[in-house]
Amino acid sequence: MFENVDAVMLARIQFGFTIAFHFVFPAFTIGLSSFLAVLNGMWLWTRDDAYLQLWKFWVKIFAVAFAMGVVSGITMSYQFGTNWAVFSDKTGPVLGPLMAYEVLTAFFLEAGFLGIMLFGRERVGDTLHMIACLMVAVGTAISASWILSVNSWMHTPAGYSIAENGQFVPEDWWAIIFNPSFLPRFAHTLTAAYLTTAFIVGGVGAYHLLKGRAGNKSVATMFSMAMWMAALVAPVQIFLGDAHGLNTLEHQPMKIAAMEGHYPDYPDGAPLFLFGIPNEEEGRMDYAVSIPKLSSLILKHDLDAPLDGLNSVPREDRPPVAIPFFAFRVMVAMGFLMLGIGAWSLWSRYRGTLYTNRWLHRAAVVMAPSGLIAVLAGWMTTEVGRQPYTVYNVLRTVDSVSPVAAPAVGASLLAYIVIYFIVFGAGVFYILRLMGKTPTPRDKGVSKEDGPIRTAGITPAAQVAGPGNLPVE
Amino acid sequence: MGLEISLNLTVAWAFLLATAIFIYVLLDGFDLGLGILYPFFPQKRDRDLLMNSVAPVWDGNETWLVLGGGGLFAAFPLAYSILMPALYAPVIAMLLALVFRGVAFEFRWRTVRWRAAWDWAFIGGSTMAALCQGIILGAILQGVAVDGRSYGGGWLDWLSPFSAVTGVAVVCGYALLGATWLNMKLMGEPQEKARSLAWGFALATVAFIVIVSLFTPYLEAGYYDRWFRWPNVIYAAPVPIVVGLLTLFLFRALHVHQHDKWPFLLALALFLVTFIGLGISIWPYVIPTEVTIYDAASPYKSQLFMFVGAVVLIPIILAYTAYSYWVFRGKLDPDKGGYH
Repeated sequence: MFENVDAVMLARIQFGFTIAFHFVFPAFTIGLSSFLAVLNGMWLWTRDDAYLQLWKFWVKIFAVAFAMGVVSGITMSYQFGTNWAVFSDKTGPVLGPLMAYEVLTAFFLEAGFLGIMLFGRERVGDTLHMIACLMVAVGTAISASWILSVNSWMHTPAGYSIAENGQFVPEDWWAIIFNPSFLPRFAHTLTAAYLTTAFIVGGVGAYHLLKGRAGNKSVATMFSMAMWMAALVAPVQIFLGDAHGLNTLEHQPMKIAAMEGHYPDYPDGAPLFLFGIPNEEEGRMDYAVSIPKLSSLILKHDLDAPLDGLNSVPREDRPPVAIPFFAFRVMVAMGFLMLGIGAWSLWSRYRGTLYTNRWLHRAAVVMAPSGLIAVLAGWMTTEVGRQPYTVYNVLRTVDSVSPVAAPAVGASLLAYIVIYFIVFGAGVFYILRLMGKTPTPRDKGVSKEDGPIRTAGITPAAQVAGPGNLPVE
Repeated sequence: MGLEISLNLTVAWAFLLATAIFIYVLLDGFDLGLGILYPFFPQKRDRDLLMNSVAPVWDGNETWLVLGGGGLFAAFPLAYSILMPALYAPVIAMLLALVFRGVAFEFRWRTVRWRAAWDWAFIGGSTMAALCQGIILGAILQGVAVDGRSYGGGWLDWLSPFSAVTGVAVVCGYALLGATWLNMKLMGEPQEKARSLAWGFALATVAFIVIVSLFTPYLEAGYYDRWFRWPNVIYAAPVPIVVGLLTLFLFRALHVHQHDKWPFLLALALFLVTFIGLGISIWPYVIPTEVTIYDAASPYKSQLFMFVGAVVLIPIILAYTAYSYWVFRGKLDPDKGGYH
């Protein structure tokens, strides 16, 4: 089974692995930074301590997640060069400026105001601190917009010509940035990030409710806020997902065929496969369970609309089927489960049992990682579905890699895997432990198992060397 | 006309990128330096202070590295796509080292049992990142094999006695920046220790500057001409003279205890002069004697689009970065803790 593992495959695995690890953190921190800004605003408005308490609870988690997002993101920014040098040479003139704008408009904004947000509340006053919180939240969203513009351009390239030396040359920046799949993809992904955070926050709130802390107002508040997000945003997300799917059908029909498992053409209505095992050799779905014509109804809003299958293009131009097919189903399943939780929470709220319905709380705890699962599944669907191209229909993946030998790529891949699991494993452990602590009105001194409590970075004055506060060495 | 503008824009981008890389070297230089100095401060209390002195700003410092890489990708994609495979191992080692030290800023506060491990991640990550950056510098100076539009050398070409020396040189230089930063930010006993460390690393740094400067002209004929042939020597000569003067001032400032800010500023100036010296050696190549900035330049439209943004945004970035440093100005008082 390793005969296909060459430098290209290893480079793909490396990119996929490092970006999957990275993606988890921004997907969480984009939503969390907005949540923190809202909490801070609510506190300034109402002066209700529950909001400040929540802010202090979540900002520590944010700081840990953000640090992991930063360090894993820096490796991404150099990976284009190390493993995809030909891609970099060719697309640099078009994609480079977009990434440079991401750094200039977003990364610096986040980094510049992060320090003030985390450690500066007492030093700059309420207004500037609120501005810092907003800048961090806005920065994460701006960052997402640029990176999704880059990513979308690789799916639906526009606004370029190709020079004699093989480089893509920009002709129309507006067309490049707002390429045909950018807006649906951006809306779908940004909303996914907010939902991801909502379900993590809701899961943590539900956990504390199950532990009998409903009397703690900040626990009730976080669960309630998260469930509002779930109820209001999950249906919007399903609508946006449908819009994105229609856009993909228009511009990347073979990706849709792979997601749907459609091998043959269906001239008079295509079925929706509920299950099946793709058989790449024979070009059909084995063990298929399908509903006739439903796929045509979903995709074209017409039972009898024709859809082309993968067999309509040469084998070397087809994306692999298994990953998009299964990952897509996982994503959709998560989406509908989220919708269900949102609706359930509305019903419980109406019945007045939002804080006492233990089954809802258990479900919310189980569903806490659902957003992350959906985000990763969706990303795998769209990226594997773009194969065998890096720039859709223009530049092939096999023609994009660096002249780096397989052993070098393999060794670095191994290093990434080992180090990422150690470092980010520890980080996730610390985040889970922070999530499990009860939000308290005041940070109280030093507890042995947690080390010095600080506002995530700067140890508050009393804890660095205050009398009697030094932890046992 | 068009050609002329395009040439000027390419030169402007070369300067802009050099500036971004230089700002990175200064800013992440001193905070990487703190990790290199960690072993000299075994007490937890001192280590807390070291880390707190940069905790609010390290993330912004490191962002200049992303701008350096992103800017190279955007403005000189050919150079980016040749250099990254050529420097494959040291670049990836640097990135992974930065992973360790970056998370250490958060993780070491989150655990008591494993704090020592994250302290070592901070030490090892910072030192390794600095070493790799020095090796990368040396590897670029000694030249990179180019074949058409891609890297044409072997996988260990970057490793040589020269690049090993530049690697250690950068570790010492960053430690000097870190020590003079601490001399500025700390009080009392840890400040005394930082000051004495600054002496040692200043000596080492100057020694390495001399060694690297003596070797560099013999790496490539072009470097030799640039530095020693008449009339270039007139323009080049001030560089070693200024290095000498700055060194004298630096030791003088370390000797006079009242001027806590001067050693840091003089160490920065020393970096600036040596950086200019490197520029004199390399110009107008981005990959010495193989690829010039003109060969590697992005199309005019790409450079222009970014240039407009950079000219507007970089001053704004510098302004709020400066504001952030201003907010966290002053000394960390070990008796009061944190900033005061």
